[in-house]
Amino acid sequence: MTYVRVENLFQSYGRRPIIERVNVDVAEGEFISIVGASGCGKSTFLRLMLAQETPTRGQISINGANPAREPGLDRGIVFQRYSVFPHLTVRDNIVAGESFRRGWGRFWGAERRAALARADETLARISLDHVADQYPATLSGGMQQRLAIAQALVAKPSVLLLDEPFGALDPGTRLQMHDFLTELRAQAAMTVFMVTHDLAEAFKLGDRVLVFDKVRWDPQDPNLHGATITYDFDARHGGIPFQTLKEKTNVPYPA
Amino acid sequence: MRIINIRPSRPTVVVLALLPFVAIFIAYTVASDIRLAANPADKLLPAPETVMETAGRLVTEADRRSGDILFWQDTWASLQRLLLGVGISSAIGLVFGLLIGLLPVARALLAQVVAVISMIPPLALLPILFIVFGLGELSKVVLIVIGTLPFLIRDLSQRVLEVPQELVVKAQTLGASTWVIAVRVALPQLMPRLIQAVRLSLGPAWLFLIAAEAIAADAGLGYRIFLVRRYLAMDVILTYVMWITLLAFLMDWALRSLSRRTFPWAEDGL
Repeated sequence: MTYVRVENLFQSYGRRPIIERVNVDVAEGEFISIVGASGCGKSTFLRLMLAQETPTRGQISINGANPAREPGLDRGIVFQRYSVFPHLTVRDNIVAGESFRRGWGRFWGAERRAALARADETLARISLDHVADQYPATLSGGMQQRLAIAQALVAKPSVLLLDEPFGALDPGTRLQMHDFLTELRAQAAMTVFMVTHDLAEAFKLGDRVLVFDKVRWDPQDPNLHGATITYDFDARHGGIPFQTLKEKTNVPYPA
Repeated sequence: MRIINIRPSRPTVVVLALLPFVAIFIAYTVASDIRLAANPADKLLPAPETVMETAGRLVTEADRRSGDILFWQDTWASLQRLLLGVGISSAIGLVFGLLIGLLPVARALLAQVVAVISMIPPLALLPILFIVFGLGELSKVVLIVIGTLPFLIRDLSQRVLEVPQELVVKAQTLGASTWVIAVRVALPQLMPRLIQAVRLSLGPAWLFLIAAEAIAADAGLGYRIFLVRRYLAMDVILTYVMWITLLAFLMDWALRSLSRRTFPWAEDGL
């Protein structure tokens, strides 16, 4: 049932605690939105999920596996910026999602042709096929993020991590990206953790919304205590719970 | 209108760019005229016609003793040393730059020693090079390598460190090994910067080449300049200096256009 298990997670930089006592269980296919004020450890939490950093205490395990020690194939990531390789064309960026795990990081011969064909299919699906031969710098912000998400998904990660993926986009593009992400999830259920500043976005996309905040606050030394998860909202049905009836309703309607 | 907002039109830009060259030429001609009027046998500032004449003679007439045209022989000898030196230097610089930039262990091991070595004035090592490697080609090439390598290593490792950490993390989440990150992420992003760094180190490379040739050589542009200095042959020296300037400029231009053509994704900074 539990797919991602976060147990008693602490992280501090030097003597300064960032997050403390974070416990959360996530089921497979859930979309977790993470919100909170600036400096409340949202991004630290994501870096710990990514295994870019090692926690000072506690652990994160995905599907019962041992905690990861470095970023790897099982966790995909999309950052706000710098998420695609600027020196590769759009098509090669997609191919890289499959080929970087190889010894030389590339495919040759028939395998390469097959990968290029698959990449073209992917690009057609995310409607970026008309810019396949261009470099990412020529693309708009929304297109770059679409490419970044597709590239991360081509590697078939168990968990997709999004670090304020739509933070730099204008409101219209952001709505398009919401639809894009919702479509992708409808095609294949995936477990997603998304850090965002936008509460509406968090509730719109997420199944659960986790709020990071400090529970203890020292007026003399605001940095003395770390943040933890203070709320865990059920965000399905627009954030209004108990919308689905659990019991059978095939009883005669009261006359 | 503020002067910062005045933008010259395209023809004006060309005229303005040519202006300093014309000014330098006129200043030289005037100075040369004044000296020659006082003393027709003056050797310090030969008239532009004399320099042109000498230049024509240098590039066409063969040496009476060897039968070779010394000008081209010198050019070939110097270019060979320069390209060999810069080539070796950039190859080593690339490898060490990647190592220091990508691997924290290599950085801990090498960064400080490179920083210290780069403080050694290369010309102070020239006698040692002549003693160790002899007076032949090797010592000159080694001087160019020693002179340009520390800068290249420091510059390139810094550029690797400037590759956004997000890209390195992203590559890892796509399953890339350290080797794949080096050859598919860091190296391609480093190439335009390598060309830029080589352009910057061409100046020092020429300096070390001329210095080495001035002290011990039997051919080369620097050797010839320092040889004819004994006869106050300013016309020959000026021809060689202009030729060196032209060569250096052409190399710089070729590298820049190579970079523009090969790395269209690296739009800025070139």
